[in-house]
Amino acid sequence: MFEFGILFPAVLNGLTTGAVYALVALGLTLIYGVLHIINFAHGAALMMALYGVYFLKQSLGLDPYLALVPMVLVMFAAGYLLQRGIVNRASHGKDENILLVTLGLSIVLENVALLAFKSDTRTIDTPYTLATVAIGPAMIAVTKLVAFAGALVASAVLLWIVRRTDLGRAIRAVAREKQGARLVGIDVDHVYAMSFGIGLGCLGAAACFLLPAYYVNPQVGNGFVLVAFTIVVLGGMGSFAGALLGGLLIGVVESLGGLWFGESLGQIGIFLLFIAVLLFRPQGLFGAKA
Amino acid sequence: MASPLLRLQGVSRSFGGLAAVRDVSLDLPEGRLGALIGPNGAGKTTLFALMSGFLVPDAGRVEFAGADITGVPPHLNARRGMTRTFQIVQPFATQSVRENIAVGAHLHCVQRAQALAEAELVAQRVGLGPQLDKPAGELTVAGRKRLELARALATRPRLLLLDEVLAGLNPLEVAEMVPVVREIAAGGVTVLMIEHVMQAVMNLAAHVWVLAQGQLIAEGAPAEVTRDPHVVEAYLGHGTAQRLARMAQAS
Amino acid sequence: MTMRRDLLQIALFAAAVAVVAATARSGVVLNLAMMALYACLMAQSWNLLGGYGGQFSFGHALFFGTGAYAQAMAQLQGGINPWVALPLAIAAAAAVGLFFGALSFRYGLKGSYFALVTLAFAEVFRILALSVPFTGAGVGLMVPLKEGLAQMQFADRRGFVWIALALVTLGLLATAWLRHSRFGARLQAVRDNEDAARAVGVDPFRVKLGAIGLSAAFMGAAGALYVQVFQYIDPGIAYGPHTSVEALVAAIVGGLGTLWGPVLGALALHLLADATRSLFGGLPGINMIIYGGVLVAIVMFAPRGLMGLGQSVRSLWSRPGAAPQTREEPHG
Repeated sequence: MFEFGILFPAVLNGLTTGAVYALVALGLTLIYGVLHIINFAHGAALMMALYGVYFLKQSLGLDPYLALVPMVLVMFAAGYLLQRGIVNRASHGKDENILLVTLGLSIVLENVALLAFKSDTRTIDTPYTLATVAIGPAMIAVTKLVAFAGALVASAVLLWIVRRTDLGRAIRAVAREKQGARLVGIDVDHVYAMSFGIGLGCLGAAACFLLPAYYVNPQVGNGFVLVAFTIVVLGGMGSFAGALLGGLLIGVVESLGGLWFGESLGQIGIFLLFIAVLLFRPQGLFGAKA
Repeated sequence: MASPLLRLQGVSRSFGGLAAVRDVSLDLPEGRLGALIGPNGAGKTTLFALMSGFLVPDAGRVEFAGADITGVPPHLNARRGMTRTFQIVQPFATQSVRENIAVGAHLHCVQRAQALAEAELVAQRVGLGPQLDKPAGELTVAGRKRLELARALATRPRLLLLDEVLAGLNPLEVAEMVPVVREIAAGGVTVLMIEHVMQAVMNLAAHVWVLAQGQLIAEGAPAEVTRDPHVVEAYLGHGTAQRLARMAQAS
Repeated sequence: MTMRRDLLQIALFAAAVAVVAATARSGVVLNLAMMALYACLMAQSWNLLGGYGGQFSFGHALFFGTGAYAQAMAQLQGGINPWVALPLAIAAAAAVGLFFGALSFRYGLKGSYFALVTLAFAEVFRILALSVPFTGAGVGLMVPLKEGLAQMQFADRRGFVWIALALVTLGLLATAWLRHSRFGARLQAVRDNEDAARAVGVDPFRVKLGAIGLSAAFMGAAGALYVQVFQYIDPGIAYGPHTSVEALVAAIVGGLGTLWGPVLGALALHLLADATRSLFGGLPGINMIIYGGVLVAIVMFAPRGLMGLGQSVRSLWSRPGAAPQTREEPHG
């Protein structure tokens, strides 16, 4: 069980899976870091994005990697409108309301998908779906490697946006001190909506990288929601680097857990880790006090 | 001589390398009305938090009525007779004035009806009688300050820590509040108040402690303390203090 | 709003439903009453912790499932009579509630964190129930059909209506007690402003623990009732999101922190669900879409729920020309 030939591929697989988890969590990190809200609809949004990629492939023949730009744009727009139109209006100044409204949205999205697409699990077929690459004793799927690279690139882009652009400055200002930001003329509502949009845009990218190596059904979001939250908390509630590292860690934990304890009990490992982190180290591994 | 009701010995507390309170020692005898003054950021509210148990000191001791209460949580201190109010008022916004005060009264009353009745009495004492059934969220700032005070009073404290109970009040409201505080102290409650409104401090306090940059720099009767050059310097800065001293010498 | 008035209202309610329970002939009516009361019970449970305690649980199924499995296993593996099993199931749920509460509140979890942890715990239990043989794993547990009062199974549903009514009435009494007791005053104080409550002598840990224990007990009762009515339980029903969501949405739609909110909310949602079922037939997930949509709509437009709307209407009537007061909560 601890043999290198078995461990190494498991760890490597875990890293690549973890990279995609990280990509999902990056968007959530931005949303939490700026709006200080837990977006319960994040998993459902990912699910919708996955369906988007799926149907782009099935009806337009568009390769998922080529669908990156349109998906990110569409998801960004959806996020912006959702935040501006619904989430913002529902908050009435209380965080609990946002919790409830995003929960409601996730329920609606998931069940609309169930209604529209039935509960069948769907996958796509591309010429590279089954391609693998040998790294040492491990055979790693090419799609997963691309996902890994994609996650790194996306993190870099996000960091660039937040550190180098005017929008990023505004985002940081609002994240730190909302009233102060408002006083210096920053349109806080717009920044909120932009952050939400970027967060969902990340999901669009994540879906493009995820679908070739994975599948989609209406419940797929649930599996990612808690994992994403775990990563956000583990990584320190607002730290991109933390989310990235946290994602990789979770991926490895899940992979090894699945290896040693079987699929479903491996899943429990993540939840227990999540609970443990929330209880004993809510500031995560890298973040400031939440 | 009777031992002081509240005694601090060498209390210190830092936050991430920044010393908020440094080696503060003071004795507050029972039945006195004391004031804690000092420029903004001096650490006065932090000191209150350390006294009442909202924060645990890094070093030093807090004694209340002879017992060591260092690090004891606030609700236990309240049960011993130490109640604090907050600088930024904390009402139970959706509940009525009466219900707010009743929570304090419940410290000594188990029966709901009794607590509500007591709340009514306390409300009248502080002048909130006509607003008993108003939701706390609808009170003015002055009203909320009175509510804060009333709720604390309802716990029948031995020691009342009032954190800027006069802040944000206009002169008329201050003039209305001062006699209320005096009456409370006259009733036997030991009071320690953080205050910026100097008129009230001079009027009410028997003894004043001055905190600057986390340290006690002076203590004594109000008149002495306000003349102390160190105190002037702490409030106005070194340059201004010197200029004032030169002006005083010249005249 | 005195205790006496609350008790009077509860008595009237119980009497009215009792009349229905005693005289109704139609199976449809009895079934409706049973399901509505069952939904009330869950909403009340959520309201105790969420409405009065201010702790939003997104995984209330945790207590439901524990009560359900306890009820089923006590009968199947323990050979215990269902009437004896019922208090055991309630105690088991309460125990899980207290354990979970002790853990969460000891570490100061609140708000979103608390909601997330409840979700995580419910999921953990669901996966455990799926994997462990003595809960029947994925297949679940079936309680054999044994008609009669002694076995707490009633084909005509009438007996269930009585049991559900009894439990709901207990829930109403518990809620009324919260509204007029020291414990309830302290609980609501902690909900509204924990630090202020601490400063006047309230121990937030003890108070929250009491609330979650009470809430879990009622949810466990609902779970046990489910097992008796449907004679079946599996991990998805026991610990799944559907149950958690149903309890939550009904409580919020009705109006958090009120006596009759859960009853109103559960009834409204149940009628809505019934109506959609007859309109849209057996479309999968339509119920949940309604629940989710209603939740979003209520939070957006009527955050104080049906009871809040009622209050606004009432104040409109009593002060001609005055607009209903909408109180802005201070931003926390």
